[in-house]
Amino acid sequence: MNVSKNLVASIYCNAEDALNFSQSQWDLLVRQARAANMLARLCARFEDEQLLDKIPQQIKRHFTSAKIAAEALKRSIRWEVHCICKALVDTDIPIVLLKGAAYTVGNLPAGLGRQFEDVDILVPKEELDTVERKLMLHGWVTTHTDSYDQRYYRQWMHELPPMRHVQRQSSLDVHHNILPETARLHPNPKKLFAKAVLIDDNKPLYVLSKLDIVLHSAAHLFSDGELHNGFRDLTDLDLLLRDFGTDESFWRRLLNRAREMELSKPLFYALRYTNRLLGTPVPGETMAQCQALRPGGVGLRFMDFLFEHGLQPDHPTCRKPLNGLARWLLYVRSHFLRMPLYLLIPHLIRKAVKKDKH
Amino acid sequence: MNLSQLQSTSISNKLKSAGLQLKVGPFSVRVKSTIPQVLEGIKVLYADYPILENEAFSDFHVCLSKPNNLRRWIHPQVLFKFDDRVPFKPLPLSQAYPFFEWGLNWCFAAHSNDYVILHAAVVEKNGHAIIFPGEPGAGKSTLCAALVLRGWRLLSDEMAMIDIDSQQLIPIPRPISLKNESIEVIRSFAPNVIMGPVAHDTSKGTVTHVKPPRDSVLKSTESAIPAWIVKPNYTPDAPSKLEEINSGELFMHLVKNAFNYSVLGEVAFHTLADIVKKCRCYEFTYSDLEDAIKTFDRFAEQPK
Repeated sequence: MNVSKNLVASIYCNAEDALNFSQSQWDLLVRQARAANMLARLCARFEDEQLLDKIPQQIKRHFTSAKIAAEALKRSIRWEVHCICKALVDTDIPIVLLKGAAYTVGNLPAGLGRQFEDVDILVPKEELDTVERKLMLHGWVTTHTDSYDQRYYRQWMHELPPMRHVQRQSSLDVHHNILPETARLHPNPKKLFAKAVLIDDNKPLYVLSKLDIVLHSAAHLFSDGELHNGFRDLTDLDLLLRDFGTDESFWRRLLNRAREMELSKPLFYALRYTNRLLGTPVPGETMAQCQALRPGGVGLRFMDFLFEHGLQPDHPTCRKPLNGLARWLLYVRSHFLRMPLYLLIPHLIRKAVKKDKH
Repeated sequence: MNLSQLQSTSISNKLKSAGLQLKVGPFSVRVKSTIPQVLEGIKVLYADYPILENEAFSDFHVCLSKPNNLRRWIHPQVLFKFDDRVPFKPLPLSQAYPFFEWGLNWCFAAHSNDYVILHAAVVEKNGHAIIFPGEPGAGKSTLCAALVLRGWRLLSDEMAMIDIDSQQLIPIPRPISLKNESIEVIRSFAPNVIMGPVAHDTSKGTVTHVKPPRDSVLKSTESAIPAWIVKPNYTPDAPSKLEEINSGELFMHLVKNAFNYSVLGEVAFHTLADIVKKCRCYEFTYSDLEDAIKTFDRFAEQPK
C-alpha cells in the first residue's frame, strides 16, 4: 500500500528517520499521531531506540506529555480491574481481561504506550447474571435504559449493554464472547476459557492465550465498522506478532487455532495488512498457507481498497480520494457481518426512526 | 515580527488561508478563521505577540468556523476545531471570540503534562510571583487585571504553569477574561484599558477580554519564582483583610484547582507540596482594588 503521507507509519517502522525531519514534517507527524492515538506509542519507540532526547524540546514534549497521560490511564485501568475483582470476590467466576486492559495488566507487548479508557472483560455466559448483579451492587450501572437497546445487546450481541461506574464514571464492557451471537463467524467461547492464562496468584484473573489474543485482536479490527483507532489497533497486532512470532512453532499453531476458532479470515487480513502497512515479518510458508483463505480475485482488491483507507490515521492529511466512501462501506460491512439481513434491516430502520424522534 | 506590524487585510488573509501562527508563551498556535469577530479580537488583543512563519512547528492548530449545516444561517453557530477534532459543542456565533480563548485554554491545559497546571492567575514584580488560585467568582481575574494595569507583570490570568524540574512559573500571558460587573469595575479603574469584543449571554454571562500589557508579552520567556500564594475572596463592601493561612489547607485547595493532578499523580503531589512550603500563604478578602494594589505592592517591596 503506497501511502507516503502517513508519517506515523513511517516513523513507527523507522523511528530514526524522524531525526532528519523538517519543522513542518514534525508538525504533520504530531498531528497525525495525535489523531491516531499514537503519540504515546511513538514516544515509547523513540525511547527504545534512545532517540527521544535528540528530538527538539518543543516537539518532544508532545510525545512525553501523551506518555504521561497514557501512564495515568494505565494506573486507573489497574485500579478498575482491582475494583472489578473485588466486586466478584466471593465468587470463583473466571474474569478474562480483553484488549487494552489485557495488554496493560497482563504486561503484553501491545501495552506499549497504549492510550485507551475502557475496560473489557470476558466471563462465562452462564455467569452473566451473577456478574451483572454483583457489579451493580458495587456501583456499575447500565448506560442504555431504552428497552429496545437492552434487548439488542442481551439477545443479539456478545456483551451486556456497556456499564458505567456511578462514582468514577469509568466504562466497562462485560462480554460473554468475542463476536456477536448473530455474527457470521462463531468462535466458541468455551475454547477461549480452556486456554486462558492465569495472571494473578490470588484471584481468578486471566488473559487469553497468546494465540487467542492475536485472533481476538484480528477479529475485532477486521469486523469493526468505525475504525477511528484502526491504525493503532493494527500496530497492536504488529507488536503482538513480532513478539510472539520469535517462537517458530507460533505461526503453525496460530493457523491451526484460527481454523479451530473459525477465525481464519480475520487472521488472513491481519497478516496481510500488518505485513503490507507495517512490514510485520510473517514467514513465507504461513503467508502461503493463508492464501487459501483469501477472497477470490476482485474480492481481495476490494478489501485492499477498503482497508487501505480504514487503517490509516483518521487525519485529513492521510485521507485519499474516496476515503468517505471506503469508510462508509466498512461501516455497512461491519453491520452485515454482525447480523443476518432479516435482523439487520428491521434493526437499522428502527434505529433511523428512533433517531428522528429525538 | 509582531502582529501589529501586519496590515489588517494581511492578518485576515492569513486567518482565511494557511493560518496565522502566533507565539503565545512557550507555545505556537496556528489559527484559522473566517469569522470577523475572531479577526477583530485577535487584531486588538494579540497586537504585541510575535508571529511565526508557517513552516515552523505549531503546537496547536485551531480553527473557528461556522458549521456546514443549517446552523450556518439560522441562529448561526460557531465550531471550535482542534486540528480535525471538534472537542466541544458549537456555541452561538456571537460568542466566537471567547470560544477561541476558552478553546485555547483547553488545548494548553489538556496537552501539557510536562507542567503542573493550576487554575490560577499569576503576576510578578521584582522576579517574585503571586499565585492567585481560585474558583470562578472569587475575583482572581479582576484582581489580576488591576495589578497588571498598575505595573505588575502578567504571567497568566487563567493557568499557573509550574515547571516540574525548576519549580518555576512559566509565563503564558494571554488576554485577561472579565465577566459581568467586573468589566465596568476595570473600565472605571483604568479608563484607558483596551478591551476586545464583548459577548453577551454566554454560560458565564457577559464576557470580554483585556489586552495584556506589552511588557508582559515581551517577557514571555522569563520564568518567575513563586513567592506568595493568595486565595482571593471578593466580598462586596468588605474592608481589605489579609490573613495568613495554614499551608495544608492551601495545599488541598491547590489540588482541587489543578487541571492535571490525577494525571501527574505523585509528581504533582511533590511539586505542589514543595511550592506550598516555599511560599507564604494567605487568604485575601477585598472589595476595593486600590487597597488591594497597596497590599500587594508592599509584598513586592520586601520579598520574603
